Amino acid sequence: MDFVFLLEQVVNGLVLGGYYLLLALGLSLIFSVGGVVNLAHGAFYAFGAYVSLLITQALGFAPSVLISPLLVGLLGVAFERYFLRRFYQSDPILSLLVTFGLAMVAEQAIRMVWGAAPLPSSMPSAFKGQVMLGEFMFSRYRLFLLAVVLVVIVGIWLLLHRTAFGRVVRAGVQRPDMVAVLGIRLQPYMTAIVVLGVAMAALGGVLFGPISVVHPAMGTEIMTIAFVVVVIGGLGSFWGVVLAALLVGLVRGITIHFVPAAGEASMYVLMFLVLVFRPRGLLGERIERFE
Amino acid sequence: MKKISTPVLTPGVEPLLASPQRRRLVAAGSGAAGLSAIGFPAIVGAQQEKIRIGHLTPMTGFLGALGEYAVMGIRMAADEINASGGVMGRQLEVLSEDSVNPSVGSSKAQRMFERDGVVALLGEISSASALTISQVAARNKKLFMSIGARSDELRGKNCNRYTFYIDIPNTVMVNAVGQALLRDNMVKGKKFFSLTADYLFGHDLLKVSKKFFAANGGTLIGDELVATDVTDFSPYLLKVRQARPDVVCSNLAGNQVTTFLKQYAEFGLPYPFIGFNLNTADAWAAGAENFAGIWPTVWHHDLQTPGTKTFVANFTKRYNKIPENHAWIEYVTLKMVAQAMNEAKSTDTEKLIAHFEKGTEFDILKARKGYFRAWDHQLMQEAYPFTAKPKGQAKDKQDFLAFGQAVPGPNESLEILATNKADNTCVF
Repeated sequence: MDFVFLLEQVVNGLVLGGYYLLLALGLSLIFSVGGVVNLAHGAFYAFGAYVSLLITQALGFAPSVLISPLLVGLLGVAFERYFLRRFYQSDPILSLLVTFGLAMVAEQAIRMVWGAAPLPSSMPSAFKGQVMLGEFMFSRYRLFLLAVVLVVIVGIWLLLHRTAFGRVVRAGVQRPDMVAVLGIRLQPYMTAIVVLGVAMAALGGVLFGPISVVHPAMGTEIMTIAFVVVVIGGLGSFWGVVLAALLVGLVRGITIHFVPAAGEASMYVLMFLVLVFRPRGLLGERIERFE
Repeated sequence: MKKISTPVLTPGVEPLLASPQRRRLVAAGSGAAGLSAIGFPAIVGAQQEKIRIGHLTPMTGFLGALGEYAVMGIRMAADEINASGGVMGRQLEVLSEDSVNPSVGSSKAQRMFERDGVVALLGEISSASALTISQVAARNKKLFMSIGARSDELRGKNCNRYTFYIDIPNTVMVNAVGQALLRDNMVKGKKFFSLTADYLFGHDLLKVSKKFFAANGGTLIGDELVATDVTDFSPYLLKVRQARPDVVCSNLAGNQVTTFLKQYAEFGLPYPFIGFNLNTADAWAAGAENFAGIWPTVWHHDLQTPGTKTFVANFTKRYNKIPENHAWIEYVTLKMVAQAMNEAKSTDTEKLIAHFEKGTEFDILKARKGYFRAWDHQLMQEAYPFTAKPKGQAKDKQDFLAFGQAVPGPNESLEILATNKADNTCVF
């Protein structure tokens, strides 16, 4: 019986990992392509949740899943244009500081506009309840969440590996100078990647809002996990982030099964081990400008 | 022009004003000072020293939403007190700051006593921070009104005579829900599974609830410690289902209770649940579709007493929100301190302690007045169990809570739910 319980935690952990992936992938893309650490990523997650509350009131939950990331993506355009762009050629520590400051400003702005009290947010009642697959219990909502994440991940993969856009982006990660020599301006691609990244974070906020608390500090809560996943996965690798996200979810689930109080610490222990044995991350690529 | 010897910073350089001008300026200045001393007593009176009160509360973190209500409550009380003449004719000045965590809170407390000259400290919701702040108050021999912290341990062996406790302690919270459970036959022979917040308050609440279960024939078949930064309860909910309890019990705090309620509803687990700690802000955030179970509260906005109705009306008018229990408790605490200062005719700590200890009664906007017990400095007051209204009866997004009758009942002593002297570990 105990083994089945463990397996249940494993499967649940993988589902959760899929959700972490949504946030970590955007962060990883921005870092790999632009060389900037976006600590404000959590702020877009929070904006996604708050904007979704407004749209859900007016139009319903389904439209908010589509519209909220789009709106936040527009905010991302301004973010990239006025803040990130100055730091592509600089030391990553500068982008870290700027985005950290922006994250704090964003949290206080949310607090001023919507108040510190958490806002009620719920899912459509059609999604409530559990689904039993054999011995395993799943929440219907999380399966829906997983489906959305899969669609997004497949879409991103296709974008990066099967389109001309993706080719340029991947070349820009490794050899931005060569891309310039070939006469291609990387700037518009960078903007697109940032918009894509923050839109994914906002989508995460929209989807996770109904099952967690929508409050001003929600962005910082999620940032740590996203960051840890990116570090474990390594930069420049799409599959690295996927693997890391699943691993973090998995390890957390297993730890909670055996030693529940250590559940939250488990991902940091994992990160520590990965950094000791593979400092570049699990599947991190050699990115020359960081060497 | 004869040079009058004056203190000169740089030898050989003339002072800014040459001597005749200086004499005229000094004469004019002293004339003005003399006139104001004689002629304008009202101005002089208003500039009398303000009474400074320090206020520390968590404005960020998982208790941040409650801290926001706390500041609103205390601000309204301060403004009301000042509008009606202040305390002993002096205006109150409340310095509110974010206590953040126990170590930041204690260093701010120290600074408020030393540098800001506060006569007393009020506040705190986190039991861990309240503990460190109360130790700072004891070292400085100044009054600390520990307003929202509920751990029994604060009041037990960690007590000190400079600290008074306003909110109901964990023992009362468990007993308030416990009475409702016993009445509904939900304890004897039942298996409980509890989730506990992994910090001072949670551990304390778990200890009290274990005592309650043991004393009443319930069995605790599982208890999991949940770190205060957990946002995903799914692994714990899986464990709950694997254990198959009769009742699920929440010993969580702050917005973790909200998250737990939402995810419990998300998974649609069939077991009834109860909780020994909840604030109305957290219940509202969970929403009518997710809220269920039996919970305790120290006060609620629907209380049909004249005091509460007036308070709710004024608060709603001023802030455009319904007051939460933390707004109420900060409001009444400042009013109690002001009343004590007026009645003892002093801001001296020893005189205030004596005034509270002699059992002075205070109007806390409930049916019965509150008073402090001399041997553990705990405010004696009523509590209320609450649950969800049947579906469809809620008038609006915040109206889905059904509040029960006050416990203890009107003919019972206010002390029956609290710790009794025999179990007391507090020595001053």
